[in-house]
Amino acid sequence: MLKDEDRIFTNLYGWFDWGLDGARKRGDWSTTKQILSQTPEEVVELVKASGLRGRGGAGFPTGLKWSFMPKVVGDRPHYLIVNADESEPGTCKDREIMRNDPHKLVEGCLIAGYSMRACAAYIYIRGEYYNESGNLQAAIDQAYDAGLIGKNACGTGYDFDIILHRGAGAYICGEETALLESLEGKKGQPRLKPPFPAAVGLYGCPSTVNNVESIAVVPEILRRGPEWFAGLGRERNVGTKLFCISGHVNNPCNVEEEMGIPLRELIDKHAGGVIGGWDNLLAVIPGGASVRCIPKSICDDILMDFDSLMTVKSGLGTAAVIVMNKQTDIVKAIARLSYFYKHESCGQCTPCREGTGWMWRVMERLVTGEAEYEEIDALEQVTKQIEGHTICALGDAAAWPIQGLLTHFRGEVEDRIKAHKASLSNLQAVE
Amino acid sequence: MSGHAFAENQPDSFSFTSENEAKADGLIAKYPAGRQASAVIPLLDLAQRQHDNWLPRVAIEAVAKKLDMAPIRVLEVVTFYTMFNLKPVGKYFLQACTTTPCWLRGSDEMMKCIKDKLGLDNHGASEDGMFSLLEVECLGGCVNAPILQVNDDFYEDMDYDATAELLEALKQGKPPPVGSMKGRNMSESSAGATSLTSLRETEAAYVPRPPKPAAEAPAEAPRDGGDS
Repeated sequence: MLKDEDRIFTNLYGWFDWGLDGARKRGDWSTTKQILSQTPEEVVELVKASGLRGRGGAGFPTGLKWSFMPKVVGDRPHYLIVNADESEPGTCKDREIMRNDPHKLVEGCLIAGYSMRACAAYIYIRGEYYNESGNLQAAIDQAYDAGLIGKNACGTGYDFDIILHRGAGAYICGEETALLESLEGKKGQPRLKPPFPAAVGLYGCPSTVNNVESIAVVPEILRRGPEWFAGLGRERNVGTKLFCISGHVNNPCNVEEEMGIPLRELIDKHAGGVIGGWDNLLAVIPGGASVRCIPKSICDDILMDFDSLMTVKSGLGTAAVIVMNKQTDIVKAIARLSYFYKHESCGQCTPCREGTGWMWRVMERLVTGEAEYEEIDALEQVTKQIEGHTICALGDAAAWPIQGLLTHFRGEVEDRIKAHKASLSNLQAVE
Repeated sequence: MSGHAFAENQPDSFSFTSENEAKADGLIAKYPAGRQASAVIPLLDLAQRQHDNWLPRVAIEAVAKKLDMAPIRVLEVVTFYTMFNLKPVGKYFLQACTTTPCWLRGSDEMMKCIKDKLGLDNHGASEDGMFSLLEVECLGGCVNAPILQVNDDFYEDMDYDATAELLEALKQGKPPPVGSMKGRNMSESSAGATSLTSLRETEAAYVPRPPKPAAEAPAEAPRDGGDS
């Protein structure tokens, strides 16, 4: 188990003052000026050396992403965009950072912004996090008042602004280019890539979009040294990670743990175990709603990191662990996710707009068993036709949960159709 | 996309109060010159807050004018994002999350209680204007599921009884403290935190590790301490 001294988010549960004084006590802002005395390239190299991979779901190496920004500021300013539109079902980690440890994010913005020569950071927070945005804005104001950001930030001669922008309820705005569209005052409909945001981002300017957690861990990594972070976890999957454990566990909670912790240990040690005991476990969605579920047989010894979960055709995603025990109607649980994607499809690409609704309607019939056996294959085929055929990954995200269900619980789906057919023929026999 | 139809009864005019006019100018100033359209969501939010939590047609037009945008572009934004209401909502606008993580923890019970106590189905509103209900997608508080959002506030760890208690308190105009209805602190385990406990005991003396020698630096101004 991770030692407390290796935990980055020391105010995860809000026990201490989240304001500037409290943050300073916990070590935030302590050597910022010295970190910024290095060149932007040096900062990027340190982040690369730490092995940090993006915490928003895709796991792309953060330092490498930063290095895609132009090395010289031309006639277009550079922007850092922080994705705080946390909406992936199961995920509620950035919320805790923003309400309980906002200065980690604010300081991280300054350092990340400096490394990409940005003039400003826009933090796009989901509109529903109204109270959280209050804390974050207050932290930003405190940092301005203390001269930590703004003109001559931390006395380094570097000017850097941080602007908090509240969204208004749209899952799709967590997709980076939809977020940029929304920030520009439009409907949040994703853009085609390329061009990537590092070339053409916010207002047509070079931009990098990072998740809250990815940015908030940076100051601590640079203070302790990249080798400290890289020394936790295992190769290519290093550092600490916030895990959100929800669903059928005795004590749902958020916790910061070492990357690569066994799933069973995570659930048993921190969430009080599965309701009804480990043997009562049916399946886990290990990385937020968009990844494929894994059955108990895989859960028994799987490690919670990017590469490990990839080998079982699932993913670490946002590290939101949704636990389902044997009392779960898993077909209904996945059908509810299908409804979610139908609701959240932005409507731009036909396979997603039409496909998410179609899949949801079939899923609803599979819940009751009012379907034909052939429809299972048809559904699987449709998921493949949506996956990879849309501008953004929402189409994939809608397809994967269903694929996971059909891979691991096809028998359950067939049994329902069988039971339904049997009840119909019984009915006819009675008549 | 909370419904695309305008309310039947529309006011004749809308204008920001002078206080909100100043706020609006402050919001627009957050974005570069010529990029004032970026403020469309913040201004719509401001207008909605000023107008009993819903947007009449005239408010949408006022925002369009203020931002020099075509009204249709603003309407497009209004109908794309779920948090904008084109029709009046209750004094207590209940937004119940029923996405899978909340559903696994019993959001059906929460919905049943709302139906039992207020007679409301999804999209329903009480006749006295006190309550209206909208089923929403993931609110992002899944380890505190199920969640019932009341106006701006999240009420967490809901079940049938907690929902009944909350609704009764709201009827009496006495909203309980925001957060867990079970008295749980934030997102820590209800059986007590399983991490960070060593820091809680020693927080007063808690000093972060010194930076690595390679990154040695002159000490910053001493931490002034003092809990605020």
